[in-house]
Order: sequence, then structure tokens, then C-alpha cells
Amino acid sequence: MLDVSALQNQFGAEIAFSEFRDNRRVTVPAASLFPVLESLKNQHGFSMLIDITAVDYLESEGATDRFGVVYCLLNMQSGERLIVKTFVNDPDPVLPSAYSFWKGADWMEREVFDMFGIRFDGHPDLRRILTPDEFTSFPLRKDYPLKGRGERHNFPVLTRAES
Amino acid sequence: MAVGMPDNVFLTRLDAAANWARSNSLWPMPFATACCGIELMATASSRYDIARFGAEVMRFSPRQCDLLIVAGRVVMKMLPVLQRIWLQMPEPKWCISMGACACSGGVFDTYAVVQGVDRFIPVDLYVPGCPPRPEQLLAALIEMQDRIKQTGTIDGREFLKRTTATGPLPIDLDEQRRLKTASPIADLPIYHAPTL
Repeated sequence: MLDVSALQNQFGAEIAFSEFRDNRRVTVPAASLFPVLESLKNQHGFSMLIDITAVDYLESEGATDRFGVVYCLLNMQSGERLIVKTFVNDPDPVLPSAYSFWKGADWMEREVFDMFGIRFDGHPDLRRILTPDEFTSFPLRKDYPLKGRGERHNFPVLTRAES
Repeated sequence: MAVGMPDNVFLTRLDAAANWARSNSLWPMPFATACCGIELMATASSRYDIARFGAEVMRFSPRQCDLLIVAGRVVMKMLPVLQRIWLQMPEPKWCISMGACACSGGVFDTYAVVQGVDRFIPVDLYVPGCPPRPEQLLAALIEMQDRIKQTGTIDGREFLKRTTATGPLPIDLDEQRRLKTASPIADLPIYHAPTL
């Protein structure tokens, strides 16, 4: 089991810990995310990155930050799982890339970038992964309309006479 | 039968002969992107047996096909592929839009899903259903054959009249009507933030 107080002694008291049933979560300020992830990987044995995803807290009640980025980690030896959460804000949401610790972060960070526009510094190849390359919006942001801004109908029309 | 002709000689029009051959050997191009594709496969299976209508030769190269069956939703990343496949098919060619998603977008009224392929490629027949039963697809195939037999010409001049898109036009007006229901909330500071 992860010793949270050791983590707090190492990186300061702003690392908050919470627990709900079997969900163990640490909230980390964006500035210390990189050393915390490094410590979790190398000292605490969280050898597998399950997922990276993000949440847009726009217009959410009681939220102080725009985006939350969530890392789900797994310790392959003990089977322990940990959720690491951090927050970033407009106008330039940027986080350090976890690619140097877990190679699997490559496509996950590309997906977060594609859907939310959160950039990851140090990512080897940060471009869109799901939407077309010429897409300019970030569809999972709450201020993006569900039906889009007309991108889905921005194509040439082929009529029967000319094709 | 003309007088003085041998019994094994038949007279017909060239158009009718071509239509007879074309309508009974429609080679489908299965553009199966979703669950309608499963029904399309079921239509080809022994229980429904699309071979009874001469359309069992599913070709996965558009160069060998003359009936495009769009089965399933088409997203904006897939639409250029669909258009390219349509352009690669040799004349004469027809298109069946199979299922609610291909016809109108279905329940997927989202930013990425094209609201009906008929906006961007010409469609001859629509098959409703979610997904349609194999019988419905067979009925559409028979209808397609009837239409080819009735209106087909050997040089395809019946296609020349169709100079506008089959789907709703203009797209801009339709899109604006849809956007009204999803307009952003004014005066939120986030909308004036610089874009990335």
C-alpha cells in the first residue's frame, strides 16, 4: 500500500489524499506532477499506466479550475491502483508528458490533446489521433456545441451527373 | 415474333437488353461501417440468399462493382473515403443508402457524424430501419432492378438529368437551423479566451 505521508514529506503538503471505497486518489499541483509521477514509477512501483483522461469543469458548481487531468496507475506487483489528479487552466493548458515513464502515454496524451486541447510538453509526436488533421476545435470541451460548428458538412457535393 | 424468323432469334431494344443484363448482375460494393453491415452479411447468408437476385458477388474493390450499399453511419473522417470509392466505381453505377444512419444520421446527431450520405454522394434508394431486416434490403434490391429495367439506357443518359444533390440543400441553411438548438451561452468569459 502506498505510504501517502512519505509522498507528502517529499513533495510538500499540497498533495491531497482522498479515499472512497477502494478508490485511492492523490491530487497534485501541476507544477509538481512530473516529479510525483517519477517517484510513483521508480520508488513506489506503479509500473503500468492504465489511462490518461481529462475532465472539463466549465460551469461546474464549486470548481476552481477549468480542466482536470486524471492518471490511473497500477502497481503490477501488489495489484494496487492509484488515481493521480491534477488541474490546468486556460489560456494555455500544458502539462509535462509522462511518455518518459510509460511509453503507453503516447496515444493517451494524443487523445487528451485531441479532445481537450491540453498540450503535453516533451511528447514525441503530439498531433490529433481521432479527429481529422484539419480539425481545429476540441470537441469534448464543454463550450463546443454537440452538433459541431459545421465541420461535418464541410465537404464537396458529388452529383450524379458529374460523377 | 417476326414473320420468317427462326424460333431461336429474339428481337429487342438495345437498352432493354443492357438493362436485363445489368439488373440481374448487380455486383454490390459493401460499405459496411456499423451494425447495418451485419444485416448486410445476413442478407448474403443462405437463409435470405441474395444470390437469388444475382447480387451475391460482393466485391471489395470498387473497380469491379456497380451497386454501392452504404450500410451504417459515416463520420466526417470516413466521408472522403466513401466519395473516393464512389468515384472509383465504373459506370453504370447505383447507390443504396441502407439504414437510418446512412439516410439521415439517425440518432447520432453529433459533430462528427454526417447527417445523411445523400448530401455528398448521389443515392438512388433509401432503406429505412435500424437496422433494416434482410427482407427490406432484398425488397430494395428488387426495386432497384425494376428501376433499372424501366429507366435504364445503354449509355446512361438518364443520369445526366440529376444535377443536384439528392439530400437536403442548401447545407448551410440546414446547419444553421440545427445550430440554433446548440448555441453557446453569451457572456461567459471562456468564449473570449484565445484559441489554442
